[in-house]
Amino acid sequence: MLIKRPSDIRSSEITEKKVYLNRREFVATAAAAAAGFGVLAGSNQLIEAAQPAPHGRKLEGVKKSPLSTTEKLNSWQDITTYNNYYEFGTDKDSPSMLAKGLKPSPWNVLVDGECAKKASYHLEDILKGQALEERIYRLRCVERWSMVIPWVGFPLSDFIKRCEPTSKAKFVEFTTLADAGQMVGVRSPVLDWPYTEGLRMDEAMHPLAILAVGLYGEVLPNQNGAPIRLVVPWKYGFKSIKSIVKIRFTERQPETAWNKSAPQEYGFYSNVNPQKDHPRWSQSVERRIGEFIQRRTLLFNGYADQVSSLYTGMDLNKNY
Amino acid sequence: MSSNQVIRWILKPAIFLASLGPAAWLVWALGGMFGYWEPPSGLSPNPLSDITNETGVWTLRFLCLTLFVTPLRRLTGWNAVIRFRRMTGLFAFFYGSLHFLIYSIADRLLSLIDFPDGVLSSDTARRWAAAIGEDIYKRPFITVGFTALMLMLPLALTSTAGMIRRLGGKRWQALHRLVYASAIAGVVHYWWLVKADISRPRNYAVIVGVLLLFRVVWARRRARKPSPVHAPAITPSS
Repeated sequence: MLIKRPSDIRSSEITEKKVYLNRREFVATAAAAAAGFGVLAGSNQLIEAAQPAPHGRKLEGVKKSPLSTTEKLNSWQDITTYNNYYEFGTDKDSPSMLAKGLKPSPWNVLVDGECAKKASYHLEDILKGQALEERIYRLRCVERWSMVIPWVGFPLSDFIKRCEPTSKAKFVEFTTLADAGQMVGVRSPVLDWPYTEGLRMDEAMHPLAILAVGLYGEVLPNQNGAPIRLVVPWKYGFKSIKSIVKIRFTERQPETAWNKSAPQEYGFYSNVNPQKDHPRWSQSVERRIGEFIQRRTLLFNGYADQVSSLYTGMDLNKNY
Repeated sequence: MSSNQVIRWILKPAIFLASLGPAAWLVWALGGMFGYWEPPSGLSPNPLSDITNETGVWTLRFLCLTLFVTPLRRLTGWNAVIRFRRMTGLFAFFYGSLHFLIYSIADRLLSLIDFPDGVLSSDTARRWAAAIGEDIYKRPFITVGFTALMLMLPLALTSTAGMIRRLGGKRWQALHRLVYASAIAGVVHYWWLVKADISRPRNYAVIVGVLLLFRVVWARRRARKPSPVHAPAITPSS
């Protein structure tokens, strides 16, 4: 005999998935409404507090690098609570609160396109036998703030060589994870997910370009792009793509997330350039986080001696 | 206590104090930045940016509240609510002015970098004014934000009972319709300033849009009916 037991939960009581996924927004809206136009409620910034990343595993055998700057470092707190990582929300402090959901291990990076060693690489295999260096770099955000950050990583060129790109490989395209289950920001179409970035091959092979896996001698916190991210210090911060799941070698210049979002504001190159204003604000100065009086922004973020030869003969105003 | 007295001695002071909340937070944040006490926990490592943004958002909130007074009065018949409108309007102007002041210092004055004759000098004043003027001229989102504030200035100046009498109700009311333009300019300012996530400016656009829609509907109804049934709400609230 078939006995059909009624389900404990009536279907009318099951929250519709869309509503469930938007529950944060719903709570926020309800709270704002309850407080009467939000007069009594502050913005998120006032209610929630950013959380510095917990300290992680120490990385062993990290060597110093002559390419590091000797400027005063920004603190762990600064670097792990003030992040642009839209996959975890568009507020500076939201990655520090929401990136806990990211699972940086196990992690694979898919290598594809114009190269001989197409494969899905385990992060452990990428790091096996790879010497790690501390690289203290300036980071200049396109929003006119900057920091000095002690990354731990290795030259991107080391990994590219292992992939054996073919002669057709003129560019490298990078892709960030876009998993709405782990990354709440991906649920809203702020950018065309997944986030992608790209470099010209000679830029990617430049010794300053690194793949970072650590910060302050420790494993990279989630909000800073764990477990593996790009750092290209002479370009605006958004070029240094986080949480990389795919590296593809291409013949054509790849599409990049911010360029697709606002092509007149963010070009493919996005080299730090005080002469070339953002259409909406000047780029000639910046605020170093922790300082009050602003600083002059330097061409190529102060790395002109090392990288300007990459752009000989190029009109940097046109190729912004 | 009559309801008149409740409004005068309890509700108005209470709302006044509540409206100073963001200003108190600002003092807390500023003191924290300069190390006088623990900063508020929500303050980011870029506090100058925080206080600029917060004062701007509070300006918009108070503009929305001000625009909400008349619809609330007409929908509920609670006429006394009109007595809070001057206060919310002046708070919008207050936070707008603070927003401009903070931007002028944090963004413009501190971008001068070098102060050869010292910070307090005529050279600084000249270059500071030029830096602000250039921004207003060159950057559309600054232009429109500055416009929003400037549109509020005559309203703040004519907010007294004496000015209402002097201008006459009709003209005073016509002048104070500038608040519509100011609110729209304020929302555009916010919209043009964000990089990609327009959700917050869009929320304000919807709120301001709905509040202005009431006016459009009423204006149409008035146009159809030759004799207006409502008296203009211009009674000073002293």
